Amino acid sequence: MSLILLIEQVLNGLQFGVMLFLMAAGLTLIFGVMGLINLAHGSLYMVGAFAAAAVAGWTGSFILALIGALAAAAAAGALVELLVIRRLYDRDHLDQVLATFALILIFSEGTRWLFGSFPLFLDVPAALAGPVMLPGGILYPLYRLVIIGVGLLVAAGLFLLIAKTRIGVRIRAGEADREMIAALGVDISKLYTIVFALGAALAGLAGALVGAIQSVQVGMGEPVLILAFVVIVIGGIGSIKGALVGSLLVGLTDTLGGVLLPPLFESFMQASSANSVGSAVASMSIYILMVGVLLFKPSGLFGGN
Amino acid sequence: MPRETLLNIILFLMLPATAGAALLLDEPFIITLVTKAAILALAGVGLNIALGLGGLVSFGHAAFFGLGGYAMGILASHAQSYTPLMETPFLIEGTKSMLVIWGVALATAALAALAIGALSLRTTGVYFIMITLAFGQMLYYFAISWPAYGGEDGLSIYVRNDFPGLNTLDPIQFFAITFGVLAIALFGASRIAKAPFGLALSAARQNPERVETVGLAPFRLRLVAFVISGAVTGLAGALFADLNRFVSPTMFSWHTSGEIMVFVILGGVGRLFGPVAGAALFILLEHVLGGISDFWQVYLGLLLLLVVLFARGGLIGTLAGREVAHD
Repeated sequence: MSLILLIEQVLNGLQFGVMLFLMAAGLTLIFGVMGLINLAHGSLYMVGAFAAAAVAGWTGSFILALIGALAAAAAAGALVELLVIRRLYDRDHLDQVLATFALILIFSEGTRWLFGSFPLFLDVPAALAGPVMLPGGILYPLYRLVIIGVGLLVAAGLFLLIAKTRIGVRIRAGEADREMIAALGVDISKLYTIVFALGAALAGLAGALVGAIQSVQVGMGEPVLILAFVVIVIGGIGSIKGALVGSLLVGLTDTLGGVLLPPLFESFMQASSANSVGSAVASMSIYILMVGVLLFKPSGLFGGN
Repeated sequence: MPRETLLNIILFLMLPATAGAALLLDEPFIITLVTKAAILALAGVGLNIALGLGGLVSFGHAAFFGLGGYAMGILASHAQSYTPLMETPFLIEGTKSMLVIWGVALATAALAALAIGALSLRTTGVYFIMITLAFGQMLYYFAISWPAYGGEDGLSIYVRNDFPGLNTLDPIQFFAITFGVLAIALFGASRIAKAPFGLALSAARQNPERVETVGLAPFRLRLVAFVISGAVTGLAGALFADLNRFVSPTMFSWHTSGEIMVFVILGGVGRLFGPVAGAALFILLEHVLGGISDFWQVYLGLLLLLVVLFARGGLIGTLAGREVAHD
């Protein structure tokens, strides 16, 4: 394994992890503040990607596409929160899982209805296309580097938002004690809608950014959703810091596992079977990671009590 | 007679009555649909033991469903190609006998449930939901990337497996087999609910501290419930694979877990016949709405949403009133 390949894979893992963070941050905020499991978060990711592809198709501008994705996902999130989600806050987790599972069915099939079953394509903007030379002679796609940058910027912005602003104070207070901040006169239902729309917008942004490297299709949100759940469970549900650490761990494990495990198995097995065993184990590696973390810390790395 | 008992009798008779009517009208496809409903109901009966009785929200029952399916697929594919499953240290051959396959499916799913349960039950709440989901996904990706048994494409079996004295390829006879299994499972589930074990399990759901105080271990009760639940769902998986003569990693997917949960909820959580009502309604909707629109799942989603938001006891709760044991 050459060093250059390894560095490329680490960058890929970072890019994947950063995108997972955008999903996981929303999920973990929503869970932390409202105590809600939102399976439909992957649908908001899909809404973002489809909105971006549609806007890019009309206007040809990638910036407008991103704005469209943010707006569409936030609007869809706010709408869903007002119509459905707010009835679920004081239900048990089973009801939440089922109602949001129902939302997935509605979103997925509704999108298929509107856009058809064929994947759409969202092009990487010309200014960001092509590779860039990194120190050490590594050629790496510029767009993926930009994604890493955008993701880290959003993460920093989110930390600032939560730590320094009034709305952040309210969100943290909401996580600590919902009844109390309602009693102190904060309009709790408005806060809930804002948090939900914020989470949705982050998911939509992730969908739009990833939509340019993968195809935009119905069901694209589901694998990411499951991984985002793995992330927040590893990081500790409700913790943004946990979501960041968990995302990077999962992103790197998934990417590096696929590259490193087959050769590792080859060192003590026949090449042909090592390859299949290695790739089978690699595809399970993040789930093994999650089980491992939960066995030692049943409420995740940064989870309280 | 309480209304729920009457409803249960109607639901129970509805399946063979529909299959019988379809036989008279010479509509084998309808018989296959009813068979599918019976098998999915069986999977739901399994989940309902953990979910309804034990309050364990498992989002990974597709793992057991898929394991049962693959137990059938692997054994039958070896029998069909006349190659032994393994030769060292001792010879294991494939088989086309349904009874043997059921035994293997039950045992495999039970063992997997023991391992998954022992690890997952250390957590509670959302973490339990997520860790069971993770185990299901683990097996899903394993099935996709393991090339020996078809990988992503799955495995086809040419002829349905044998059951002594019956022609399993005849739809009505295969229906009779699945209905028999469902009836036994329902009887078993009703006995479990009333047995000391079931009562203790129910109590552990409602108030684990009290159960502990009287000297019972909630963890052990839940683990046993989870194993029984997984085994029954595994058996349903073997039957489902036999119905389609095909297994694929889709059986392991989280959508399958979600759907099994949907049967239980549509019908009514913790109700003995909830899964039967739910699975029958699901198949009916799939068939009727699927005929009207390709996008029938939108309507399924809306219906499910309405049931969760407004009809909390599911179909049986709405028709029979008063909650029995679900909190």
